[in-house]
Amino acid sequence: MNPYVLGAILAMGAVTLLCRATPFLFFMRRRPPAVVDFLQVYIPPMIMTILVLGSYKALSFASAPYGIPELAAGLCVAALHLWKRNTLVSIFGGTALYMLLIRVL
Amino acid sequence: MESSASAPRGHGALRAAFKASVPVLLGYVTIGIAFGLLLVKSGQPWWLAPLMGVVVFAGAAQFLSVGLLASGAGIAQIALVTFLINARHMVYGLSLLDRYASCKRWKAYLVYALTDETYGILTTVEPPAGADRESFYAAVSALDQSYWVLGSAIGALIGAALPFDSKGIEFALTALFIVLLIEQMRSVRRAAPYVVATIATGGALLLVGPANFLVVAILASVLGILPFRKALS
Repeated sequence: MNPYVLGAILAMGAVTLLCRATPFLFFMRRRPPAVVDFLQVYIPPMIMTILVLGSYKALSFASAPYGIPELAAGLCVAALHLWKRNTLVSIFGGTALYMLLIRVL
Repeated sequence: MESSASAPRGHGALRAAFKASVPVLLGYVTIGIAFGLLLVKSGQPWWLAPLMGVVVFAGAAQFLSVGLLASGAGIAQIALVTFLINARHMVYGLSLLDRYASCKRWKAYLVYALTDETYGILTTVEPPAGADRESFYAAVSALDQSYWVLGSAIGALIGAALPFDSKGIEFALTALFIVLLIEQMRSVRRAAPYVVATIATGGALLLVGPANFLVVAILASVLGILPFRKALS
């Protein structure tokens, strides 16, 4: 196995386990500081915003197809999710539309 | 706990755990298939997908690592991104401290296998009366992990065996992020985090470019939200 990939997934596993074990190791007896309570609420929405924007960072509006497949499929995902609130329907519907649009446009 | 008495109760716990985990079965198998497909199409061997489901077992971080591994990103950067994406798990543990306090035999496994979906089940579904709580928690966690490993392996094997035109399948990741963002917007109805994160992303893209923006954007947004602590609470 490629030592780079092996090292990377072992590092990912160790860091993930550390994140999951932290509260059980440190906060069994005392309350976490208030700033942890604050950050636990506000970090997830910020990370999701960054990840969505990051997905669109390479978009080119200057040349065909002008980012239309990405934007249309993204709107489709949002619309499906607001309508049905079914994660699988939203993801598969949007991805299917994207795969169709990049072939026909 | 004595094994003679816990065997029949453990059986009831397993049945209840399977019933509770059916929504996760559908979600993990299908999203696992998408992950396996993506990983193989990025040039990795098929068995890396189920192996990551055992070694890492964190969906969002695994999806993000596909691009990072393909571009040869440094291991320190991959570890940092994993930390920032999975820092939310610290929070899950905090609210399960009491529930897991009485667990002994499976505690280490319960902590290792605590994903978003397992957290969701364990905090909303009560084990049936008379069933052993720890067995129920462990069964839900292990069933969820088996769905994820199974889905990843199926997707990776399909991707490796069938040379079908999968161009565009990577949009599934963007779609997943959009869904998770909408779910966040439903629960966190304040403008500040979204505005701060947007500014941080723009600034990071301009400063360090698209290849390395992620870590910078996340760190900048965490620092950027701190001044709003009083206003938001």
